[in-house]
Amino acid sequence: MTSKINDFSISVATVNGSGSQSSNQVLIRSIFRMGIPVSGKNLFPSNIQGLPTWFTIRVNENSWTARHTQNDILVCMNEGTYLEDVKSAAAQSIIIHHDHMKVAEIRKDVRSISVPFKDLVAKACPEAKLRKLTVNMIYVGIVAELVGIEESAIDEALDQQFRAKSKVITLNKDAINAGREFIRQTQPNFKSPCQVQRRNETKNKILIEGNAASAIGAIFAGCQLFSWYPITPSSSVAEYFSQYADKYRLDKDGKKTFAVVQAEDELAAIGMVLGASWMGIRAMTATSGPGISLMAEFTGYAYFTETPAVVFDIQRVGPSTGLPTRTSQGDILFVANLSHGDTKIVCLYPGTVEECYSFAYQAFDLAEQLQWPIYLMSDLDLGMNLWMSDPLKYIDKPLQRGKVLHDKDFERIEKFGRYQDTDNDGICYRTLPGLKDRRGVFFTRGSGHNEQAQYTESGEAYVRMMNRLNKKWDSAREYLPSSVLEYQSGSRLGVIAYGSSHDAMRESVHELKQNGIDLDYLRLRAYPFDSKLEDFLKDHDQIFIVDQNRDGQMRALISQDSKYAAHISKLESLLYYDGLPLAASSITLDIIERVNRSVAKVG
Amino acid sequence: MSTPETKLNPMLTPNKAGFTKKDYQGSVSTLCTGCGHDSITMHVVSAFYDLDIPPHRVAKLSGIGCSSKTPAYFLAGSFGFNAVHGRMPSVATGAHLANTSMTNIAVSGDGDTASIGLGQFAHLIRRNVPMLYLIENNGVYGLTKGQFSATADKDSLQKKGDRNKFQSIDLCMMALTLGGDFVGRSFSGDAKQLVPLIKAGLLHQGTAILDVVSPCITFNNHQGSTKSYTFVKEHDEYLHEVGFVHGAEEIKVDYEEGSLKIIELHDGYKLTLKKIERDYDPTNRIAAIDRLEKSREAGQLLTGLFYINPDSLSLKDTLQLCDTPLVEISAEALRPSESALAEIMDELR
Repeated sequence: MTSKINDFSISVATVNGSGSQSSNQVLIRSIFRMGIPVSGKNLFPSNIQGLPTWFTIRVNENSWTARHTQNDILVCMNEGTYLEDVKSAAAQSIIIHHDHMKVAEIRKDVRSISVPFKDLVAKACPEAKLRKLTVNMIYVGIVAELVGIEESAIDEALDQQFRAKSKVITLNKDAINAGREFIRQTQPNFKSPCQVQRRNETKNKILIEGNAASAIGAIFAGCQLFSWYPITPSSSVAEYFSQYADKYRLDKDGKKTFAVVQAEDELAAIGMVLGASWMGIRAMTATSGPGISLMAEFTGYAYFTETPAVVFDIQRVGPSTGLPTRTSQGDILFVANLSHGDTKIVCLYPGTVEECYSFAYQAFDLAEQLQWPIYLMSDLDLGMNLWMSDPLKYIDKPLQRGKVLHDKDFERIEKFGRYQDTDNDGICYRTLPGLKDRRGVFFTRGSGHNEQAQYTESGEAYVRMMNRLNKKWDSAREYLPSSVLEYQSGSRLGVIAYGSSHDAMRESVHELKQNGIDLDYLRLRAYPFDSKLEDFLKDHDQIFIVDQNRDGQMRALISQDSKYAAHISKLESLLYYDGLPLAASSITLDIIERVNRSVAKVG
Repeated sequence: MSTPETKLNPMLTPNKAGFTKKDYQGSVSTLCTGCGHDSITMHVVSAFYDLDIPPHRVAKLSGIGCSSKTPAYFLAGSFGFNAVHGRMPSVATGAHLANTSMTNIAVSGDGDTASIGLGQFAHLIRRNVPMLYLIENNGVYGLTKGQFSATADKDSLQKKGDRNKFQSIDLCMMALTLGGDFVGRSFSGDAKQLVPLIKAGLLHQGTAILDVVSPCITFNNHQGSTKSYTFVKEHDEYLHEVGFVHGAEEIKVDYEEGSLKIIELHDGYKLTLKKIERDYDPTNRIAAIDRLEKSREAGQLLTGLFYINPDSLSLKDTLQLCDTPLVEISAEALRPSESALAEIMDELR
């Protein structure tokens, strides 16, 4: 194997519930502490204990951190999967495994490192009952010794992981050292081709999960009610929200300026959000596909009554319970068209953890400015995996609370209609319960209503309301994050991607360039789409569109709007739906093949 | 308990908050003439007027159905939220948490509560969200033309003659077993009993469940129905006579020694229960469950306040919320500082 300095991938195969998470965290953070960019992807089952889990770490000093399909180092801790794991390992890879696994007999083209984990942990950890947890630290020591992770970096990572609990740190460090010592003694002449060398690429960077970033965004946006029903992969949004809010959102007496309510189901979760928003505070819920199904009716209600709401959809594989712990962009069409009747839902598509934060923050402004439900479309890959990012920046501008009238405003108002389009932008003024002035009091109902919020079954009034909502939809475009032309070369060949595909997409653009294919890359960030999409469609002859779903949902969503009709035939879907975080090589290979095919056809 | 003021025309006479009874009315009802719900609306108006609660301090919530339309017919000066079917409790929970200083009145029906909304009903009680939850119970789906609801009694007859084959759900029994701290039942036509119960429910610091039998004049007022005017009048069994007084007001009901129970409510109000059944203790949940089950066996329609725990712990305290209603906290106070974000970022390096 050729030498791979700061450019390789590690996969650790364990059984879930075995406590390997701390070990993986120490491993990834110690490399990060040496100044080298990393990412961590947890491929885990819907289970508490006993099923296979893989944690993959990609080390890349150029910050290409999307999942890599081939691993250079494989750690086999799982009896149940090692045969498959070893069979699918890349040639020349290093396989670290329990000594009873007969790896060398199965594969001659790999470097097998057979480790007596049981003996080593027995020596390193005198307390028998703690061995099950510390045994995983032995592979940390083995990998550290093989690839050259500095001891000080390991120490820093241990400190961070165990927060100065000295007894726990010592225990784990002993196990790591046992691993290191084992390699020194048994592999004195082996120099692993995969090596880390200290760099300065992670200074001022952070490692964060998208769900943590989103929760922080909600906290700094002043969200005051978070109602939720537990569902993977969204639960950690609520957990991070509670964790940070309990520290940073208390009043001077130590009491909460927010409420977190674990609801009985997703119907109730969004119902609480609407009640709280109606009363005038910022409120949100977080869920995933099955929960969205239950929120459909209330979402339509909020669309029609123009009640603010913020919903984070951390997408996972469907239909039904599908692969509940695997990633997907499967709710794109469903959410954009959520609910019965004529509805259109504003969606945000964060493509980085930084956007998980800033879009979460912005979602609260948008919900109140547009008086509509706003869906933040994240996914399991973005939400639950560890991403390197610049530190989240403080958003130093006032909260945008939208058009709300209070009693003092009524001193200068003669007439009020809750659904009167006074400013001719489709966005009306709302009032909040508690208002004294009776002219501003209204009754919120999902039934037909006129400009004065009075019940009516008049078809004319209904048409007026629906057309006005359409006008608001057009106004909304100006408020939303615009699409980003991520790469421009003047090529007639283009690619469109969004959400968590971005990391793999930008790497793929780079790989394609090295293969002689230049293509422009447009990243969508919100629905309704902005004019940049139209320009991009006009300016390119062949355009690939990357979707992490089976049916090309983003392509379908674009084709819903007749104004793009002339360009739809140029859009070619590239579809990935195996539940795994997207890898750049998958896109690159597909595009090369398609381009070659087109060339062959023309030729 | 008539005072000199209330002898005057209340439609023109302001209460202590400065509002006439007219100020507590709403738009004209579109329900059928003779509907029990319209009587309840009238009693709600009286209760709010008597309690001197300014309309703008009230939030009205409802689900879907005939009953859920009624918040439009009272308190025109209050904001109302007519939610989706069976999901009003969650909306009310969010609304309450946002502004704990409002008085909440929630109106639902037997379909909205006992069928599609049974789950949210249960969890509302479990969380003890402060509000009066009024069920206008007629045992039938009116808006969809007369299907049985889940509170229709077994073997009672539909207007077309069909017999109900299923057990009915007793929402009071449910509320009691779910740990509800205020559970009562009344009849839409009984102002004397219902108005004091509405007032007590509005003052209660947790979820107050009032199941009010309210006959459907169009679809469920025939012979063989157990929710008709005639049936209710024939089978109504008073647990006690209910009265309502304020602070220093003299308690004027005639009662035998030891047969009056006084329950202290919020803001100095008191509920008086003249004990028709001498041994009944409305602060004993087990007794309430026992008495309710006995009345079911006997085929009675027991009415009154079955259970009250005046020391109910409010949701705000359970969740350790600050004293200021959340909606009144300034935006500045809601946003952690730049240094707080820097601190969080440092932990992630």
